[in-house]
Amino acid sequence: MPLLVINMPWLTILTLIPLACGILLLCVGPERKAFARNLGIGASTVSLLIVLLLWGAFKSASGGFQFEESHQWIPSLGVRYHLAVDGLGLVMVLLTALVVPLALFASWNIEDRVPFYFGLVLLLEAGLFGTFTALNFFHWFLFWELSLIPAFFLIKFWGGPLRSGAATQFFIYTMAGSIAMLLGFLAIFLATNEFDFNELAKLGPGGLAASFAGKVSSVDPKTVVRMAFAGIFLGLAVKVPLVPFHTWLPSAYAEAPTGTTMLLTGLMSKMGVYGFLRILLPIFPEEIRWVLTPLLWLTVISIVFSAGAAFAQRDLKRLFGYSSINHLGYCLLGIFAVATPAAASVAPATERVAALNGVILQMFNHGLTAAALFWFAGLLEQRGRGLRGIDDFGGLRKVAPVFCGLMGIALFSSLGLPGLNGFVGEFLIFKGVFPLASWAAALAVIGLLITAIFILGILQRVFNGPLNTRWSAWPDLTQRERLLAFPAIALMFVLGIYPQALVGAINGTVVRMVERFTI
Amino acid sequence: MNYVELLSAAAPETMVVLAAFAVLAVGLFAMRDVEPAIRRLIEVMIGCVGCTAAIGWMVALPQHTDLLGGIFVVDSVIQVVKIALLTLTILALLISQDSDFTKHVGEYFALILMAAAGMMFLVSSEDILFIFVSLELTSLCLYVLAAFNKGQEQSAEAAIKYFLFGGMSAAFTLFGLSLLYGLAHSTNLAEIAVAVRSAGLDPLVVLGIVMTLVGFGFKVAAAPFHLWAPDVYQGAPLPSAAFIASGSKVAGFFITARVVSTGFAGQLPNQALPAGWPVWASLLAILAAVSMVLGNFAAIVQTRVRRLLAYSAIAHAGYMLLGVIAQGTPATASLVYYVITYALTTLGAFGVVAIVQQQTGDDRLTDFAGLARRSPGLAVCMMVFILSLAGIPPLAGFFGKFYIFSAVLQGSAPGMKALWLVAMAVALSAVSLYYYLQVLKQIFVVPASAEKEIHFRTPLLQQVVLAVVALTVIVLGCAPEWLIHRLTGVTAVAGL
Amino acid sequence: MSILAWTIYLSFIGAGVLLLLPKDEPRLVRGFALVTALAGLACAFCGTLRFHPGAIATVARTRWIPSLGIEYYLAVDGISLTLLLLTGLAAVAGILFSWNIETRTNEFFAFYLSLIGGVYGVFLSFDVFLLFVFYEIAIIPKYFIIAIWGSTRREYGAMKLALYSFAGSAMVLVGLIAAFVLSGAKSMSLLELAKFPFPHSFQLWAFPLVFVGFGILAGLWPFHTWAPTGHVAAPTAASMLLAGVVMKLGAYGCLRVAMTLFPQGLDPWGWTVLGLGSWRDVLSLLAVIGIVYGATVALVQRDFKFVIGYSSVSHMGFVLLGLMTLNPFGLMGSVLQMFSHGVIAGLLFAVVGRMVYDRTHTRELAQLEGMSLNTALPFAAATFTLASIASMGLPGFSGFVAELQVLVGAWHAYPALSILTGVGVLIGIAYSLRALLKAFFSDQPASDQTVPNSGLQHLELSPISTPERIGATILVLASLLIGLYPRLLLDLIGPSFGSPLFDGLRKCVGSSWS
Repeated sequence: MPLLVINMPWLTILTLIPLACGILLLCVGPERKAFARNLGIGASTVSLLIVLLLWGAFKSASGGFQFEESHQWIPSLGVRYHLAVDGLGLVMVLLTALVVPLALFASWNIEDRVPFYFGLVLLLEAGLFGTFTALNFFHWFLFWELSLIPAFFLIKFWGGPLRSGAATQFFIYTMAGSIAMLLGFLAIFLATNEFDFNELAKLGPGGLAASFAGKVSSVDPKTVVRMAFAGIFLGLAVKVPLVPFHTWLPSAYAEAPTGTTMLLTGLMSKMGVYGFLRILLPIFPEEIRWVLTPLLWLTVISIVFSAGAAFAQRDLKRLFGYSSINHLGYCLLGIFAVATPAAASVAPATERVAALNGVILQMFNHGLTAAALFWFAGLLEQRGRGLRGIDDFGGLRKVAPVFCGLMGIALFSSLGLPGLNGFVGEFLIFKGVFPLASWAAALAVIGLLITAIFILGILQRVFNGPLNTRWSAWPDLTQRERLLAFPAIALMFVLGIYPQALVGAINGTVVRMVERFTI
Repeated sequence: MNYVELLSAAAPETMVVLAAFAVLAVGLFAMRDVEPAIRRLIEVMIGCVGCTAAIGWMVALPQHTDLLGGIFVVDSVIQVVKIALLTLTILALLISQDSDFTKHVGEYFALILMAAAGMMFLVSSEDILFIFVSLELTSLCLYVLAAFNKGQEQSAEAAIKYFLFGGMSAAFTLFGLSLLYGLAHSTNLAEIAVAVRSAGLDPLVVLGIVMTLVGFGFKVAAAPFHLWAPDVYQGAPLPSAAFIASGSKVAGFFITARVVSTGFAGQLPNQALPAGWPVWASLLAILAAVSMVLGNFAAIVQTRVRRLLAYSAIAHAGYMLLGVIAQGTPATASLVYYVITYALTTLGAFGVVAIVQQQTGDDRLTDFAGLARRSPGLAVCMMVFILSLAGIPPLAGFFGKFYIFSAVLQGSAPGMKALWLVAMAVALSAVSLYYYLQVLKQIFVVPASAEKEIHFRTPLLQQVVLAVVALTVIVLGCAPEWLIHRLTGVTAVAGL
Repeated sequence: MSILAWTIYLSFIGAGVLLLLPKDEPRLVRGFALVTALAGLACAFCGTLRFHPGAIATVARTRWIPSLGIEYYLAVDGISLTLLLLTGLAAVAGILFSWNIETRTNEFFAFYLSLIGGVYGVFLSFDVFLLFVFYEIAIIPKYFIIAIWGSTRREYGAMKLALYSFAGSAMVLVGLIAAFVLSGAKSMSLLELAKFPFPHSFQLWAFPLVFVGFGILAGLWPFHTWAPTGHVAAPTAASMLLAGVVMKLGAYGCLRVAMTLFPQGLDPWGWTVLGLGSWRDVLSLLAVIGIVYGATVALVQRDFKFVIGYSSVSHMGFVLLGLMTLNPFGLMGSVLQMFSHGVIAGLLFAVVGRMVYDRTHTRELAQLEGMSLNTALPFAAATFTLASIASMGLPGFSGFVAELQVLVGAWHAYPALSILTGVGVLIGIAYSLRALLKAFFSDQPASDQTVPNSGLQHLELSPISTPERIGATILVLASLLIGLYPRLLLDLIGPSFGSPLFDGLRKCVGSSWS
């Protein structure tokens, strides 16, 4: 590639395209529906192309940050405009660029204030790109919050009957977390004069507390660092979410329109996990270790409880919502296990690498699978005239074989069937976690079992069994829907069979991240 | 001393008295059949000419004389005060030009001029006997002026009250002065000062001082000796009230300051009293505090503008007493500045009230409603006067307050013993904004009531006079240096 | 730099000319007022361009009352310039949002411009006496604007505002006179007085006196009660100016006068009561209480404008907290928050007062709920959404950077209070969201009990006019610009704290100033 092209500020462009198009769409009148849809798809496709370009140019062997942009911004606050991606960021950006067009296609049937809707989705995409590429807290937080506002309005305007409450609850919970996080970061900034993630990570274990010495009157530096840690943890945990901070999730996922739910579960929940990987793990290793056992317990409870809760749900969207918590729980399990002190475990570094690779894979896979599942749930709801209870259907396989087949694949991927993408991530996580924190891994397996049970339950109740006569005229997937489902399902197979496609890109990064925990 | 000397020293007073006689004579002999309005105009002009001539004399020939051992003193500060008094007299005459409450025009204007002459004598004396005589000369004229509206009961009531209270205060003053005389065997203030200093805390001296100050307290309407003021301000014919509120204030405060600073200031501080103040200062502090509190709070509930101005005058008397307490050149200069600007402002306010009362028939607050629409010029003038009274910059009232308060603190340094008084004064002036704004609210905010939609006529002369006064108030506030510079200069020379 | 002085003169001249313009030509009057305000803004802007950060640039200096050492001394540093720009912006926007004033137009804009002139004067004065004069000049027009052109309980609101302001300035006056006398009554220049070593015991009482005196106008809890009633009673432009600029006068006075003249007043008393050991502790606590209290009360208001009124109290708490942190972060944040709140509050009041109230004639949230205003007035809805987002302190808007700086400073000084402040921010988000949803994005029609007149749903609302659109756009862009590129102002403000004026403060704070 010519030098000129490489040196373009691609990451900024990547964020600006959906941002500009989104703002443009917010300004046009509600009657320009076709324009809005085309521009939405166009912008997100261009973004996807740019990401693929980056993917191609990414040097995976080094695992370091690439496509870096760094400019002075607010010197008095130590704020730089600092963008770059490593393997982790790149995978997240790729996931975003993939899921957003799918979500837009899934929203094709929205007829109310179309430009507004598509504009908000594009803004959300910009927020996600910004979050996944930012390396300075200041604009990382800007995009983190920027993504929240469109999500709020998407739920609020186009959601189900209980949308108002759901949107408000979602907003307030997330904002509470954000403020806790903000306060935490301010405390850190006070001590270090630094908002840059990489610079903070360089301080090393204990370095943070040391830099607090003399900066805060009358409080032990360690306590302040722990308070800051707690604040940031809270902000991220709400976003993932981790039990018991999850109560906003089921109603938000259930009330949001299908396309939005795909974005919420596929992408926005990843922001939380991404935050754990990008911020908590490198900057606060000491503090994670300090509460490691409680955290592991929390994660295990989160995994098992959410699986159980999903098992008890009758509403498919709520069910998938809880199942989402469950899947992301595995990610956190892997992350916390990686932080296990080297002294407490004889496991070789490869186990940690495996776990962390698993975590990132799981993030990508869950993003893909959960988005697909919610899309299917949305189709069910649409064709079932608003019904989406697990018991409302039955025997659909007979009238809509393609629909059931494809959705079945997605369900199996979610269950973690070998050969499909869901398996690889979970396998790697458990492989890594067992030697590091065996008890937690053992308990978490319960979650896997319950997941298997309720997913098979869905297969049985919705697809098999006697055909519910109400649905005898059930239409199968249309041509357009098949066209949409196909790439997603194909990707599930590809990644299930050839996970190296992703692992190759992230492994270098993961090895670097793990280094500090094995010394 | 010879008669020429006496005459040249007392020439301004003589001119004023001559003007008074001329006014009387013209009224009596020449203009029996002339229309009252024309008569008033001509007589006012004669009065003004007399006063202007007196001012011109003093400006042209600054003098420094002390005749008869302090009985008649002329120095630069006294001349400044006299010029101020004469200016106020001219303004009062101009304002009364339009008032048609009496047929005895000549007598009325002559009385104003006589009162002015009395005040001029009052401020030029350092002899307690002569002070008392001039005080009575002034007071008698003012009593009659207050009673001049024979058609109205209120006027008579006001005059009776004024007379009774004034007579009693004269008795107090005389009693106090006689005690002091008995002590010092002299009526000269300087000699009294020596006696007071040597007598220490003799109960008789204390009694003498207290009695004298109580008498002066009546004159300047300081609480609790203020009871006559609201009735006089309300009941007396308006020009009389305006003159009482302005001219007599200037003279009263100046002579009080003079008596205190020349006569009593040497008294040793009394260790028994809080803050180690001398008796006279403690007494004045109490009077000041009570006046400020009572004046400001009583004004809040008033529904008539003249009564409101009366209570505000009591409050202002409180502020001005602070200037008396603080001795020293800056304090006296600030007191004179304050009292002159205050008198100007009050006179202006009364001028506006006079016009409004004439047009609407009464001076209730509600009668001012919609004045801004009826007569914008008058409304703006009233706003200037009221805001100056409230002490809003950049008007003279604000600067006067700032000046007097800082002088008081300077006078009481280093311990800033008077700080509590200053704090109290400033705090209460914040309270005062409430009732001042009530007036402005009526003028600018409340629309005029429908049935009073009358043709509003503002006489040109009055309007010009009021505009000039308002302009002066603004100029004295924005550029106070001109007056202050002179005042500090002359007070320093006079050793006050 | 003398161009900056013209901000004052132009405003007062403009006010005078307005009174002379014909009474039956409101268009001419408005146009003239707008041109005057724009000229003022342009002057402020030119002055900013010519300014070298960190300096104290003299604008005008002549002897005024030499007998008392009082000078006519106008000067600027970065702090003043920031606020001058804010005043110019708010003035222009306020006029654009008063385009519908039809009664006594001349007087309205004359009072308006004289208020602006007074405000410019305060921000430019470097002589304490002059500053005080301008400070009081600003009080009177406020009273008339609210009492004549206001709405709900306007006379009460106006009187309360005037009395509170005047009470505050009385406290200031006592402190200033005492300081003037103590320093030998030779000069009232801020720079001279700041150099004078006032006795420690004197500073200990003069500081709180002057600070609280100015703080009353800045909405310092518990002396804030004028603010909600005043804001609600005022006409739109006056609310915008009150919240946008006049409250800043108070905060500016706290910083410029109280803290520079009496820095030792912040020192510990040497004993503690209830854990409070200095005026600094007390005032920080009051500021934080103001933040939380204002937000909490705003959360339960039924009147749309009261929500915004209390939110101002809450936001001004940040300014005061920032001042009390006594470190560059907090102080810079405080000044930036003055600017930011000026713009955002102006925007909020513009939407509530002009765009909504002037059309629907109700501010009851319960009634607005039934009007589905987001479809009736989409521009108003969009503007208010952006303004709420800015007011919540979301990044991208100026409020975020300002509050961020204040919070960093607060962590430094009072870690516990900064967490409490975080709670306040959260409540702030809740009330903004509540007001936004209820007023614009409600989908349930109002119940019949709350709306006696059920025909309200079919109100024909006149569309948002062009002046309103321009005004809103200016304010949104200003907030966004500063939010994204705060260096524009921070580079002005920051170096100002290094000027000799703050020597005393720096010395008092000692080591933690860095």
